[in-house]
Order: sequence, then C-alpha cells, then structure tokens
Amino acid sequence: MPQSLEYLKETPSQTAGPYVHIGLAPGAAGFQIYDQELGQDIAGPNAKGERIRVEGLVIDGTGSPVKDVLLEVWQANAEGIYPHPEHAGHDTVEEGFRGWGRVITNFETGAWAFDTVKPGALMGRNGEMMAPHINLWIVARGINVGLNTRLYFEDEAEANATDPIINVIEWEKRRETLIAKRSERDGQTVYRFDIRLQGDDETVFFDI
Amino acid sequence: MTKTPLKQGEFYQRDRRWHPPAYDKDYKTSVARSPKLSLISLENTPSEIAGPRFGHGDLTAHDNDLLSNYAQPDQSPIGERIIVHGRVLDENARPVPNTLVEIWQANASGRYRHKKDTYLGSIDPNFGGCGRTMTDENGYYYFRTVKPGAYPWRNWVNDWRPAHIHVSVFGSGFAQRLITQLYFEGDPLVKTCPIVATIPDPEAIEQLIAKLDMNATIPLDTIAYKFDIVLRGRRSTLFENRLEGN
Repeated sequence: MPQSLEYLKETPSQTAGPYVHIGLAPGAAGFQIYDQELGQDIAGPNAKGERIRVEGLVIDGTGSPVKDVLLEVWQANAEGIYPHPEHAGHDTVEEGFRGWGRVITNFETGAWAFDTVKPGALMGRNGEMMAPHINLWIVARGINVGLNTRLYFEDEAEANATDPIINVIEWEKRRETLIAKRSERDGQTVYRFDIRLQGDDETVFFDI
Repeated sequence: MTKTPLKQGEFYQRDRRWHPPAYDKDYKTSVARSPKLSLISLENTPSEIAGPRFGHGDLTAHDNDLLSNYAQPDQSPIGERIIVHGRVLDENARPVPNTLVEIWQANASGRYRHKKDTYLGSIDPNFGGCGRTMTDENGYYYFRTVKPGAYPWRNWVNDWRPAHIHVSVFGSGFAQRLITQLYFEGDPLVKTCPIVATIPDPEAIEQLIAKLDMNATIPLDTIAYKFDIVLRGRRSTLFENRLEGN
C-alpha cells in the first residue's frame, strides 16, 4: 500500500460581500440584535501607553474610496505583548485589552477611523526586534481573499529602519506604503493610513 | 494522526492556488479591487501566530439560533427550517476548539436586513440574519436558521447568487482568519455563479457545498446540513524555531 499524507485542505475563501456588516457589525447594517457587538473597543480602559487615533481610506484602482470595506485590527499592547496564551508575558496584559477590533467605513465617504493605544516593539523571529506595528486584515465585496498588511509609525524611523519585515520588501519605494503619517488635532495624536488596493503606490500586502 | 508533545510552530503556508485569485474578470467588482503586485511572503512571527481570543462571556445563549434571535415572542421567520452543523478542523485534521464562528445570510426571500439592500424580496420582521457561536472542545458548532433564498445581483445582467450563508472563522492565530460562503447540495445556481467560479479547482468548490444530513435532521421539525470548516494547520517543531527569540 502506498504511503499517504493525510492532510486536509484549507477551506477556500470567498468574498465577504457587500453585506458583511450584517454578520460582523449589525449596528452598521441598521439593526440591533446582540447584547454586545464584538470588536468595538480595541485597547480597553486600562491600557497603558499613548492613546492614538488611526484614520484613512481604502482606495480602489480607479482612485475611488471603497465604501463597503471592513477592517480588522490586531496589535500588541504598549509593552509589545499580545493577549494570547502563547505569547510570553501575556498574563501581564491589561484587563480589557483585547488588541483586536473591527472598523467599518462611512457608507457615504469611505472614511474609517479607530481609537487605540500605540503598540510597543516586540521580538520577531531569530531574536530580531520588530518595530511597533498594527496588523490589518481587509475584507469587502470584490476582495476574494482577505488582504493582510501592517501599519508602521512615521515617528519610529529608527526602529522601522531595522524592522525585519519592512526589510524583506525589496523595493524601498514600496516600504513607504506601510508608514502611517503622524499629526496632532485638538490635542489628540492622529495617524493617517490610506490603503491603495491597486495602481500607483499600491499598498504592500502580505501572504502570511 | 497522533498528538505530539512538541512545541507548535508556524502555520503551513496557504495554498494560493486552492483559493480564488484576487483578480477575476468575470467577477467584475474584483477588477478594480485586486492588488496587481505580488503579495510579499512572510514567515510567521508572533503577530501572525497569536490571534484574538473570545469567551462565552462575549456571547449570549441564543446567538446561534437565527430562528429566535430576532423573532417576536411566539413567532418565527418564514422559510425552510434548517440546522447547519459541523466541525472546525485544521489541516492536520485536529479539532479547533473554543473558536468563534459567525454567520450572516439573506432571508428566505433572498433579502438582506441591510440598509443598502434594495431587492424586491420582502424583509421578514422575525429574521435578523446573523448568528454566532463558539466551537466546543471537539471543534463542533451548530446553528438553527432558515434556508436563504437566491437573489439577483449586478454583475452580468442576469446573475443570481445561489442560496448561501456567509461564514467567518478565527482559529487560534491571526494567520488562520477566514471568511467564506456555504452553499447547499443540489442547488443548480452553484454552477452558474461567477463568485463561486473564482475558485479554480472544482474539488475546492466541493468543499463549500454543505451536504444534506438526514441523520442529524430532526423528524417533523428541522432539516440538517453538515458543513465542516478547515483552517490552516500548524507545524510541530522538530527543531527549535526560536520564535520568541530566546
């Protein structure tokens, strides 16, 4: 009898479609059904570190904002620790810090924003430090497999310069697409991060 | 497959030829929304191996019962009453326990409860169209709902979506995050649908077709369909990968 490898195949992806909000953010679809929608508060009330807002647009190949997109955010806390049992130090993560959230666009303008704390640097592979970053996953009608990217911070130039993920990107020009631009507005720190699905300055997306 | 005491490592790489490509001219919305440049392949770091965790405290008991979770007292939605059940497994055929599964769908007339849906089909006052649950320790999950209706959509002039339920699953790591669609055995519209056809391999499409499950059907009550979901598997590290860098 021949040897066999008894692996299963991953279930193939399908687009989240235009009505993704019904399932993942029903309030935005126009109705209340759950006692508590998931993903509304990324950092929680007890998180240490700098409170920041991140905002932007997702832009399609015609230069138009994508108005029906949903983003998921996944990040470490200000100490660079994920609230996950396999991450060393996870029991020190602040109570209520989920590190994960859902962000939807304004249906008229495509604008999106979320509030969180700035994550800390953390160890990547082989002892290499990764610069502070936020992982993003983007789904929408017309996106057949969710797109993964990372947001890095303009004011972390030194850490970004040695970040092993940024440095894996061969084209230095493309690295810029992952850097959020910092500004102040009404005393609040705001980072701007536009995501270009296609065309000039197409955002770097990762196969993770 | 036997359990290993060895430390778990990276996720197996995603088979991008099994998944739909980003660009498919016959699914028109993908044309302007598909990256043209190659994805940059990353070896997993803690950012991809870790992922959000959910608990039963996040949910309420009837969140997985679409027959009742939006219905008026003593009423229920119109349509064929169905159970959708199965297991969440990984590519090593191990169950994925305690993971969040969320679904959303149109009602029996093919209409979504969404402010942007304007289809002629009626809104059902007793049907919200979404549910969520956690898999148990064996990776098992179930929902009760109504079978969704087919509906037309703007792609070519006369395209109709087969009856389908959208399914969102997490797994233990962010690299496993997956959204897909469940179709029903025997639906003739599956073969005509440009969104289904974005998946190149017919065997992969078969993986999305829930099977009529008479053994799980409740006589005189509710028809069952079985739908197992497979997430990426993980390597058992024979050699230390130093993921934590120590």
